Amino acid sequence: MRPTIERVKSPIPPGNYFLMGDDAAADGAIVAGCNFFAGYPITPASELMVRIVHRLKEFGGEFIQMEDEIGSICAMIGASWAGARAMTATSGPGFSLMMEGIGYAAFTETPLVVVDIQRAGPATGQATRPGSGDVLQVKYGSHGDYEIIAFSPWSVQEMFDLTAAAFNYAEAYRVPVFVMADESVGHLHEKVAIPDTVERWRRPTQPGAQPFDTDDPDGVPSMPAFGQGEKLLITGSTHNGLGFRKTQDSSVHSRLVKRLVQKIRNAADNIAQSQAYYTEEVEILFVAYGFSARAALNVVHNLRRAGVKAGLFRPITLWPFPEKALLSIASQARFIIAPEMNWGQMAREIERILHRPVISIPQVNGEGMKPETIFAALKAQSLVNL
Amino acid sequence: MSRTLLPYLRLEAFPTPFCSGCGHGILLGAVVRAVNKAGLDWNKLLFASGIGCAAWIPSPHFAADTLHTLHGRPIAFGTGAYLANKSLKVIVISGDGDLSAIGGNHLIHAARRNLPLTVICANNSIYGMTGGQAAPTTPCDAFTQTTPWAGGEPPFDLCRLVEGAGAKYIARHTVFQIRQLINVMSKALVFDGFSFIEVISPCPTHFGKLNAISSLGDFRARLKEIYIDKRRLDKLTASERQNKFPTGELTAL
Ligand SMILES: Cc1ncc(C[n+]2csc(CCOP(=O)(O)OP(=O)(O)O)c2C)c(N)n1
Ligand SMILES: [Mg+2]
Repeated sequence: MRPTIERVKSPIPPGNYFLMGDDAAADGAIVAGCNFFAGYPITPASELMVRIVHRLKEFGGEFIQMEDEIGSICAMIGASWAGARAMTATSGPGFSLMMEGIGYAAFTETPLVVVDIQRAGPATGQATRPGSGDVLQVKYGSHGDYEIIAFSPWSVQEMFDLTAAAFNYAEAYRVPVFVMADESVGHLHEKVAIPDTVERWRRPTQPGAQPFDTDDPDGVPSMPAFGQGEKLLITGSTHNGLGFRKTQDSSVHSRLVKRLVQKIRNAADNIAQSQAYYTEEVEILFVAYGFSARAALNVVHNLRRAGVKAGLFRPITLWPFPEKALLSIASQARFIIAPEMNWGQMAREIERILHRPVISIPQVNGEGMKPETIFAALKAQSLVNL
Repeated sequence: MSRTLLPYLRLEAFPTPFCSGCGHGILLGAVVRAVNKAGLDWNKLLFASGIGCAAWIPSPHFAADTLHTLHGRPIAFGTGAYLANKSLKVIVISGDGDLSAIGGNHLIHAARRNLPLTVICANNSIYGMTGGQAAPTTPCDAFTQTTPWAGGEPPFDLCRLVEGAGAKYIARHTVFQIRQLINVMSKALVFDGFSFIEVISPCPTHFGKLNAISSLGDFRARLKEIYIDKRRLDKLTASERQNKFPTGELTAL
């Protein structure tokens, strides 16, 4: 079923602001209609939570500081089924604790938004330093097969825009949506434009319809809320369209898992976003996301100035990955280069998509990606001679 | 089950999956009666449960909104639902393992927060669903799959635990004290703040088998020795009170 769409005036006065990434994400959430936040303090995501405490007071909504991140994700799921637009923000250790709840949300088709301000892991790692080590975890961290949507902001403006968009996609597809920022972008200060009006998409609701199955080809069933007399039966066990447990029925299980996967994969062209820079004629194609894409673009500019045909493909959604857009650009490139603030996590995914080798430039030193790191790697591979 | 209760049940979900002699079915009936005694609107109820045999009491049996959550987490789910819609009455029903082991942190924090959630703990002193392992409520002298020679760890007194955490309405009864149980439950349901009801429920299949309790009558006799009316218990000496728990309305502030 399709979401209902309304255009509303931004509750935060429109205009240009100078904001930190974490704060912009909080404001993006408010503009998108977020009215529930459950969280637990963690560096470098606490600023977002502190901002939204005030914003929810100002514009209406519930904030609760839970006893841990497991509590946060679970409270959000309860709130979402009570009709709220629910959100949390966290970082690696908290994100790991949320994994069981994320699987539950995916399986029960619960809209919610998680902003992960990634820090250098594993474990406690370097709590104040950036990393992009959670980009596979967000897709594969909970057990079983499921699909989610994950964005990768590279600027403070995108912290605002993509967090706002995350609510709409969560509602439209009844799926958890993630904003996979990192500390570099979360603590970056930049100009942000807040628009006059925004679109708010709402989960489709048709009284009496099955909440967990649909014949509609888009695969998104109606979602009522608690307290509406629908006698909702919600479970993390395998369930039929009405929510009854079917834990021994192989056809119900495969139908459910397939639908949950396909409702996102079939809509990938509508969900996936990307941006391409200097890719009309390109020999060296960088594929980079988040903060690393800023460094990659800087390198591209320098290479172009030196006459090298370099370009950048920047996935804005990591999941689903903008496969078609990448395939059409990459065919002409001789080298595909993936600088990342992790040990080459997405490089493998890009290799899978392109069926050809990708030169990974991993960086796990707890720092934001630097143009010099990329240049040094290019030289080491004898790809450039500048 | 009395006919007047039928509208509140999903009849297609019956019979229940509970073993013969399990107390969870008695508790199921007691909750329905208590809700009606308290005069609550079934359309505004949310039953949240975790994972375990006890978590099946509301889901799928009650004809109301039911949220069958993760092991240990029903209180956290219910907390979010209540905050997002304060016209809901959130009733958590789950097992002793669910609420006091894996979910123990949520339990104490819910008691501290004092949001008007009612938590009903079906305490069979064992992990029933997974086949009879020790729970934080298992008596030291009891045999379980994971304490095959008994001599396990000291158990929680769940009512004192939530009292220490700040709960304002606390009561305990066994399923054999059905009238008192319905009475305290109906009071808990309209209590203005966090309320906790511990319901002692026999598990003949696991606890009974592992501890050579061969009949429900024997189970009842055993529970009668351990769970004693608080006024009677108060009169016992300290040594007589050892390993015994008070029943009744324990805290009502
Ligand atoms: C995270 C997690 N760990 C373990 C389990 C397995 N498990 C299912 S039910 C249960 C124990 C239930 O015991 P209790 O809460 O006392 O309920 P009872 O079955 O005794 O009524 C366990 C450990 C699980 N479902 N999830
Ligand atoms: Mg138990």
